Amino acid sequence: MSASFLIADGLAKKYPGARGKPDLTVFDDVHFTIEKGEFVCIIGHSGCGKTTILNVLAGLDTASSGNVLMDEREISGPSLERGVVFQGHALMPWLTAKKNVEFAVCSRWPDKSGKEIDAHCQKYLDLVGLTGSEHKKPSELSGGMKQRVGIARAFAIEPKMLLLDEPFGALDALTRGNIQEELVKICAATHQTVFMITHDVDEAILLSDKIMLMSNGPRARIAEIVVNTLPKNRSRETLHKEPSFYAIRNHLVDFLVSRSKRFSEALPEGYDPKNPPLVTPGVEAPPPPSSPLEFAKVVNLRH
Amino acid sequence: MDKSMGIRAGALSLVIFLFLLGIWQAATNTGAEKAGGALTEYEQLMGKSAKKSDGLPTPAQMGQTVVKHLSDPFYDKGPNDKGIGIQLAYSLARVAGGFFLAALVAIPFGFMIGMSPLLYRALDPFIQVLKPISPLAWMPLALYTIKDSATSSIFVIFICSIWPMLINTAYGVASVRKDWLNVARTLEVGILRKAFLVILPAAAPTIMTGMRISMGIAWLVIVAAEMLVGGTGIGYFVWNEWNNLSLTNVIFAILMIGVVGMALDMLFGMFQKFVTYVE
Repeated sequence: MSASFLIADGLAKKYPGARGKPDLTVFDDVHFTIEKGEFVCIIGHSGCGKTTILNVLAGLDTASSGNVLMDEREISGPSLERGVVFQGHALMPWLTAKKNVEFAVCSRWPDKSGKEIDAHCQKYLDLVGLTGSEHKKPSELSGGMKQRVGIARAFAIEPKMLLLDEPFGALDALTRGNIQEELVKICAATHQTVFMITHDVDEAILLSDKIMLMSNGPRARIAEIVVNTLPKNRSRETLHKEPSFYAIRNHLVDFLVSRSKRFSEALPEGYDPKNPPLVTPGVEAPPPPSSPLEFAKVVNLRH
Repeated sequence: MDKSMGIRAGALSLVIFLFLLGIWQAATNTGAEKAGGALTEYEQLMGKSAKKSDGLPTPAQMGQTVVKHLSDPFYDKGPNDKGIGIQLAYSLARVAGGFFLAALVAIPFGFMIGMSPLLYRALDPFIQVLKPISPLAWMPLALYTIKDSATSSIFVIFICSIWPMLINTAYGVASVRKDWLNVARTLEVGILRKAFLVILPAAAPTIMTGMRISMGIAWLVIVAAEMLVGGTGIGYFVWNEWNNLSLTNVIFAILMIGVVGMALDMLFGMFQKFVTYVE
């Protein structure tokens, strides 16, 4: 089996304790892999270091120990190969929506002609449904539209991997739903590899191929990885009618409500941080061996 | 603000203006009567007569002076008799020169300080000590080293305009939102592109505020500097008319200083509006 597209190996983040106090370890011994084209969500309570992990992947922050390989190269700093959608949209308020995207596209391809850049930006603004609002400043756009511009900006540089830091956290439920569905479509069309932080269980089930559950900090770890067995091309309308939807959902909620805390108090027996258990709630087959590839075969056989 | 509010405010301004004119009229009338009375021995000795209207002018006299000056602002009849327009132009040129030089130094330097926390802390004591010094205190040093009074007044303007611009630029650059810098980092934007396309527009409103404050201070200082240096300019005009004991002209000059100061502030207000963004 060839190496995974992205390998996080033994990541930890420690902050030196104030005068005499022990160091604060936010997370420790975090191992995971992401395959090309996979959509991975990470769920956990505030303070477990999700955003730090994302920033380490983005190259904006450094881990205290461990490293991350993407495409067999170590991540040592920010790169155009990884697009980031920030929690607050992070648009430049003095630029119009299109100029914001242009800024990114010009950085990616400095040699492109003005016409090409314009067409390229327009393509991605159309993709996120912002046709007609290209020349508005962020202050004239609604929260959802601003976040769409942020997504267009990240997609427009055609990164190898997309990092989303709770991109829909500040949006109302209706807007969030619409953008989520668009994200499903875009990701299906572009086969984008995505790593996304979310607090929203339904969002994770709708979008992801696998969901990493983080225990509570300090010393947070990846407690287990839930494989999303629901068929691809999901939509919000039919999602909850899938037979195993509630099994997955209950499993996630149950983890967030009670098990995440218990987990960090005492590690379960047999827990190996290098190979967090893969679970498939709602599918009766016993959790398959650790390799996701082998697991995929099992699922196929069942169908 | 709606339209009717504007009209009402304008009307109220007019009422206040007329009220103040009335007080002025009342105050100067009695003074004129007194002056019209019998002359004291002292006044006779000093050659003063009732005809000559020195002292504070009435609003009507003031109006005449204003019209007289403004109808011919650019005459030049020798070193002590120049039109108000010429005097103001001298002052404005000095302010512009000193202010421009200060901006040339303060903005790039403020940029460096703002981008480097080390420089920020290292230079802070110098800035804190130099900032509160009255610019006029530099005048003797400037006259001694530069040996030219006109250039010295420009130097004084330079030294007083530099601090607000320097401090505001450094502050504006240092407090650019981390998010925008992170966007630039993830896009691998070069240092120059980052400085001009991200930091400069982000800090522009703060920088412009500093420039506006600087310009206000420069306009305050030029009057005093020109009183000291002499020769030309609105400050010299005020001092000269005081020596001529023409309070009417002094009041007129005060009025002009106010109007020009307001115009300068409005100009920078417009610049500020131009670079301000809504988040």
